[in-house]
Formats: sequence, structure tokens, C-alpha cells
Amino acid sequence: MIQFAVLMGFVLAALSPMLNHWFGQRASLVLALFPAGLAAWLALQAPEVIENGSLLLEWQWVPSLGISLTFLLDSLSLLFGLLITVMGACVLVYAGGYLKDHPDLARFHIALLAFMVSMLGLVLADGLLTLFVFWELTSITSYLLIGFNHADINARKSARQGLFVTVAGGLALMAGLVLLGIASGSWSLAEILDQEADLREHALYTPMLICLLLGAFTKSAQFPFHFWLPNAMAAPTPVSAYLHSATMVKAGIYLLARLHPELGGTAMWVGVLSVVGATTMLVGAFLAIHHTNIKKLLAYSTIMALGTLTMLLGIGTEYAMTAFVTFLLAHSLYKGALFMVAGILDHETGTKDVTQMGGLRSVMPLTATIALVAALSLAGVPPLLGFIGKELMLESVLGADSFRTLLVLFAFLASILTIAVAFIVALRPFYGKRHQTPLEPHEAPPGMLLGPALLALGSLLLGLMPAVLGADALLTATATAISGQTVEVALSLWYGINVALIMSIVSLGLGFLLFRRWDSVRGKLSVLAPVMRHGPEAGYESMMNGIVHFSEWQTRLLQNGYMRNYILVMLATLIALIGNSILLRHSPVFAVDLDVRFHEVVVAGTMVMGALFATISRSRLGAVVSVGIMGFSIALIFVLFSAPDLAITQLLVETLTVILLVLVLFRLPRFSNLSTSLERIRDGVVAAMVGILICLLIMTSWSIQQFEPISTYMIENSAPLAYGRNIVNVILVDYRALDTLGEMFVLALAAIGVIAMLKLRNNTKTTDSSKVAAKEPYDG
Amino acid sequence: MVKSGTIILNTAARFLMPLQLMFSIFLLLRGHDEPGGGFIAGLVAAGAFTLYLFAFGVSATKEVLRMVDPRDLIGVGLLLGMISVVPAWFMGQPFLTAQWWTIPVIDFKASTPLIFDVGVYFAVLGSVTGMVMTLMEVDKDEP
Repeated sequence: MIQFAVLMGFVLAALSPMLNHWFGQRASLVLALFPAGLAAWLALQAPEVIENGSLLLEWQWVPSLGISLTFLLDSLSLLFGLLITVMGACVLVYAGGYLKDHPDLARFHIALLAFMVSMLGLVLADGLLTLFVFWELTSITSYLLIGFNHADINARKSARQGLFVTVAGGLALMAGLVLLGIASGSWSLAEILDQEADLREHALYTPMLICLLLGAFTKSAQFPFHFWLPNAMAAPTPVSAYLHSATMVKAGIYLLARLHPELGGTAMWVGVLSVVGATTMLVGAFLAIHHTNIKKLLAYSTIMALGTLTMLLGIGTEYAMTAFVTFLLAHSLYKGALFMVAGILDHETGTKDVTQMGGLRSVMPLTATIALVAALSLAGVPPLLGFIGKELMLESVLGADSFRTLLVLFAFLASILTIAVAFIVALRPFYGKRHQTPLEPHEAPPGMLLGPALLALGSLLLGLMPAVLGADALLTATATAISGQTVEVALSLWYGINVALIMSIVSLGLGFLLFRRWDSVRGKLSVLAPVMRHGPEAGYESMMNGIVHFSEWQTRLLQNGYMRNYILVMLATLIALIGNSILLRHSPVFAVDLDVRFHEVVVAGTMVMGALFATISRSRLGAVVSVGIMGFSIALIFVLFSAPDLAITQLLVETLTVILLVLVLFRLPRFSNLSTSLERIRDGVVAAMVGILICLLIMTSWSIQQFEPISTYMIENSAPLAYGRNIVNVILVDYRALDTLGEMFVLALAAIGVIAMLKLRNNTKTTDSSKVAAKEPYDG
Repeated sequence: MVKSGTIILNTAARFLMPLQLMFSIFLLLRGHDEPGGGFIAGLVAAGAFTLYLFAFGVSATKEVLRMVDPRDLIGVGLLLGMISVVPAWFMGQPFLTAQWWTIPVIDFKASTPLIFDVGVYFAVLGSVTGMVMTLMEVDKDEP
């Protein structure tokens, strides 16, 4: 029942304010036990998963509809699951220190736990639609996390931008997943991955791939959708450390890796992924060195890493697969640690600008060490895991089948820039001359050091001994799972003297040179600023403005607050729809045998008179009364045709309507003639057309009998099956109870809406301006 | 603008309201076999309170209702509607399948449709009374 345990996270999220109340500042530590426990469970499954390939954990949810919540635990989802839970525990402990005494710590816990569970669900889901639901949940919860400082307009704007970009991609993803489901004939990932049929040959392959890639690229901040990620740095640093290093942004990468065995390897896949990935890699690394804000530096280097991962999936060779998993793990470890170090620096010095910091090594020796280890892994210096990842990456670029020259060039340039970024982040704040900072810096509390120290230690240990704790076995198994064929590339610090190693050494030197000259380079790069303003983000902005303009325009046109216009639009639509189908699809029936009694004619005549008088009446009360006469006549017709329930209902509704009308009548403005005679003619024509059409519809539907009426069944079975003789009531509470339940909610919503609007007006009445508003008719 | 009514209305309302309420419960309980049912009964009950509102005004009606806010009745109605869904689950039957029990001593047919119908009754009663009451409250504040 791992599903249950994972979903318990949502319950825990809901309960976390209570935990905050009980445990105070230590609540973060208590909550961290949850991901830590899940991590332990996942780790225990690892040997079996590596041995058998995959585990399918099924939990029947609605068996009669075949809906189940099934988790697919193979080495890929296990690796991601471990990253999510371990990083989650670290981040929770870290956040307890970072957001110490923050009044909204409880809200942070709710959102972070909800995000963690959504992310776990995403990587563990077996059903395509389950995956999609969790995918959207991560978008929503990350929106809440990015906009955590909701009083800051910038945070709100960034959160909205992230949400729009990822949710727009989510829509494309949904289309892609549906196409995938149709093409493969299965909604289970395990079955899709197992089946013989080759989806690459399928007619839907191209549209499916485009949709899936749009979803993955927006989520994983690939060029040109990368701009939301640096803006998302408005989030508190623990959020960035979690979402923007190992989890949220890797969801797209996960999806691509997951589908690689079925969809990868085609010319389109290789071309799009390698080129987009390589471009993202270079653009991210290039844009990074523009910034002095440490979080932006890290965010752009994350874009670089995400591009690298996409590119490796595009290349798709055996080396590339091993490089992919190693790079993925290495990046998660060092980027999580670096973000947390950035948070410590921000927290202790009061600034995020690396040029404002310096010489902090003496006051923060532990932080400096952690930063150095993590940054060296980022730079790809032995003996850290990042070095192995980079070696394998360069090796696979050199062995790429297509676009080799381009990829090698981009990878080389990107690694120089990345190395410079690594040095900037690790050396600039800690070495050199001490700067005056807004806060007097001192070493971070142990809670904040624990997480990054663990992650940095991981980078170091796994670099020195890739076999520790069976890590290399898991990585190789993952590479095998992604590639679909057995991959046997051993992880090692030493692959001999080869081109990749030489490229590494040269880029290290050039990167260090760039770091030394960073200040002057940054000055020179500022001439590019006008060009930068026309980047993809400008496109996003103008698109959003366009949408706002469009909705303003259509609101002015359709939602203009004039009751008569609403009714006109509705009736015109009705005429168009009914008229179309009745005149073009069926031939209308005009001839009907009339067998009317005298009293029926009298009732009908009364109704017509009432309707006519309502239209020409010059007093509002007169109009209400004549509409009432119509309503009572309808009730009479129900009585004549022996439908007592309907008659009672009609009478009661009519009575209450008149009461409500009387209550609102006095607050309406004086009765006056607002429409010109031309408009009145138009309204008359529309009204007449509706009347005639409805009449035709009734006559036609009377003569067309396509199906056996269901009323026979209902009449026959109401007593034996539903134990009731009043069919109307049996329909309401038994046959169609679900409809009635829905209508109850609609009624309740309407009542709450009416009450709320009236109360709202009541409350604003105390202010002066509202007096005018109250006098103004709503529809005038 | 709606002040307390005339002597005739006041006297009539005092006698009619309990009668109307009793009639509404009668309609509610017989609804499954004879004309009636939760919706109609709810409207009749709402009519009873509306009559009382017209005769004695909002504050007097609130006193009659004691602690019960009509808006809460909406929630009670929805809750009863949802509760009537549950028993079928325990019987392993699809959502909303009607369950019937006979209470032995008084020989009364209890069922989930009845619970559901009571839910409809409260939702309708609460919605209509709530709306009318709020409208009259707004009126009262008007200069």
C-alpha cells in the first residue's frame, strides 16, 4: 500500500498547521520524517527492482470502472523517488532554519508537502492520466510555493508566469498523452513499455511527439520556454533548492526518459532533442554570467543542466544514457547544495549579490567548504561525481551520430561558461577582501548546514566510490531502463587520456580565466542588453497583453451588464441552433390534429392575454401580475392533464416568484422606456421567432419517435424496484438522484451567491460612494 | 419597506405557519407514493416562513427560528444528500443505489431516498428562506 503512504502526505499537509502548533519550530524536523521514511522504503526496494526490472503496485480504486491507482516502480522511478524524498527531507530540515520565526511557516509546510507528494505521484504513476493529474498538481503547488511571499508583486507575477507556461505545456501534454493512449491502445505505462508494436511507425507519432515535447520542454525550462525559471527565483530559497534543482524542473526530463524506449531514436526525436537541448545548454550558461544575483546565476546554470540532459536523451547512445543518469544525480546533489548555500549567504549577509560579498571564509568556514565541494562538482573537477558526469557527457557528445560538430562546440563553450559560474559561486563570496554586508555574517545554524553538507558529501563519496551503497548498480539499471537495451558503462574517475579529458582540462583553464576577468566581461556584455529585451520573455509578455486585450474586447461586447443584451444573445443562439437542426436536418411538421376542449381554449387564451399584456403594460406591477397569470394558467394546464406534482410545484414556484419580485420591485428605478422603436421591433422579431420555433419543435418532436420513450420503463419499475408509486418523486430521488444531487448544489450555490451579493451591498452602504452605486440600476 | 402586517395577517400567520409546516412534513413523508416530495414540501415550508416574515418582520422570525440560520439549513440539506450516498458503499453496490430498511416496531419504511428527500427539503427551505430574509433585511436598512 505504498500508494496509501504517498497519499497520506496530502493528509499530513492538511494536518501540518496542527503540528506547527504542537512542535513550534521543530515541526519541520517532524515533517521531515515523512519523506525520510519513504526514502528508506524506496531504498529497501532497490535490490529487488534492480534484479527484476520493475514492480507494478496495483491498488484497485473503482474496480467496476477499471480505475486503479497503480504505481510503476522501476529503476528510473526509484532513482527519481529517492531524489525527491531525500532532497525533500533535507529541504524540510533546512527550511526550519531558513524560515525560522516566519509567521507563515505552516503555509509553507502545506504547500511543500503537497508538492512533494504530487511529484512522487508523478514519477511513480503507471496510468497516463494519473501521471497527468500529478503533473498538473505539481504546477499548482509550485505556483503556491513560488508566490509564497504573496505580498511582493514580483513574486506574484513570477508565480503566475511559471503557472501559465507550465500549464499551457500541460495542455499540450494532455493531448500528447491521449494520443499516446490511442496509438498504443493502453493507458498503462508498463504495458506501453512492454508491448511489441512499434509506436515510431504509427501515423500519430509526429503529432503525439510534438505535444509531449511541448509539455516536457515547458516544464523543464528548455529554450525558448526557459524564461520562467530564473523569474521563479522570487521563491524562498528552500523552494528553489527543491523545485528548481531536482524535482519540478526535472519532471519534463523524467517524462522524456520514461518514453525514450518507445518513442526515442527517430530522426525527429534525435534532431529536436539534441538541438533544443544543446541550444538550451549554451543559452543557459551564457545568460548565467550576466547576473550577479547568486540565485539567478544558479537558475541559469540549472537551465544549462536541463539542456544537457535533454541533449543526452536526444543522442541516445549507450554512453549518453549512462551520462544522462550520472549527470542527473550529480546535478541534483550539487545544485541542491549550492541553492542551500545561496540561501545561507542571503540569510546571513542580507544580500544575494555575489559582488557585494567577499572573504566570508573566515566567518563561515563550514558553508565555504560545502560551497567549494558542490561547486567543484558543478565545474566537473575530479574526484567529484560531477566530473564523472561531465566526462561521460563529453564522451557521448563526441560519439553522437548526428550534429556532432555543433554539439561538441556547444558543449565545449557551455562547459567553459559553467566552470566560470562555479568559481563565481564558490570563490567570490568566500575569498578575497571582506565586504561590508547589510547583516553581520556568522556561521549558519546546524539545521541549515545539515542538508547541504549531506548533499555535498554525496557528491564527494559517489565520485570517489561510485559503487558505494550499490549506487552504480542503480544508475546502470536506470540507464538500461531508459535506453531499452542493456547498458554496461562502468562509472569511474579514470577513463584514460582521451579527447574528453583534454577538453575538460582546457575548459577548466579557460573557465578559470573567464572567472578572473568576469567583472570586465560583464561590463562588455551589457551592450547586449537591448537585444536581450527582445527575447522569448518579451514574446510571452506581448502574448499575455494580447489575451488581456482580447478578453476586454469580448467582455465589452458580450458581458456588458445589460440584462436585455444577455437575453438577446441567448435567444439568438437558441434560434440559430434549434432553427438549424429543425429546418435543415428534419422537415418541420406543421399539421397537427387539434382536439381541444372549450375550457382548454379558455386557459390557453388567458395565457396569451397575460403574455400580451405583460409586453404592453406601462406599469411594472402590472407586468408582474400578468406574468403571474401566465404561470398560474400553466399550473392549471398541468392540473387538466393530471400532473398534480407539477401543478403543485408550479403554483408554489409562481407564488414565491411573485413574493421575491415584490421584494425587489421597490428597489428598481422608475419604469421608463429605454429602447428605441427600432430596437423594440428587433426584440419583437426575436421573441416571435423563438416562440414559433419552440412551437415547431414541440410539434415536430411529437411526430418523430426515434427511440422507445423511457417513461414506460420508469412507470413499470417504479413500484417493484423503487418501492414508490409517485413516479415524479421516484425519478427525483432514485432514478435520477445524481442529477438531483447536482441540482441541490446548484441551488445552494445560487442562494449563497444571492445572499452574499445582497450582504456585500449592505456592508458597503456605510461608505459614501456606495450610495450612488445602490441607486444605479445594475443593468443600466 | 416591508413592515409588520395588519391584525388579520398577523393572526392568520400565527395560526397558519405551524399548519403549513406540518403540511410540509406531511407532503415530504408521503412524497414517494402520493403527490408531494422534498422539493414541494421545502417550498411549502419556505412559504410558511415567508408568510411569517411578512407578518412580523425579520427579527421576530429569527426569534422563531432560534439558533437556526437558514443558511445553515442549506448545508444540512447538502450533507444529508451526501450521507444518503454512503450506505450503498457498505453494501458493495454502485454509488447512490437505494437502500431500504423496515423499522420493526412502528412498521416504518426507512430508506436512503427518504434521507435524500429530506436533504432536498432542507436545501430548498434554506435557500428560499435565506434569500427572502436577506432581501428583507436589506430593505430594512434602506432609508
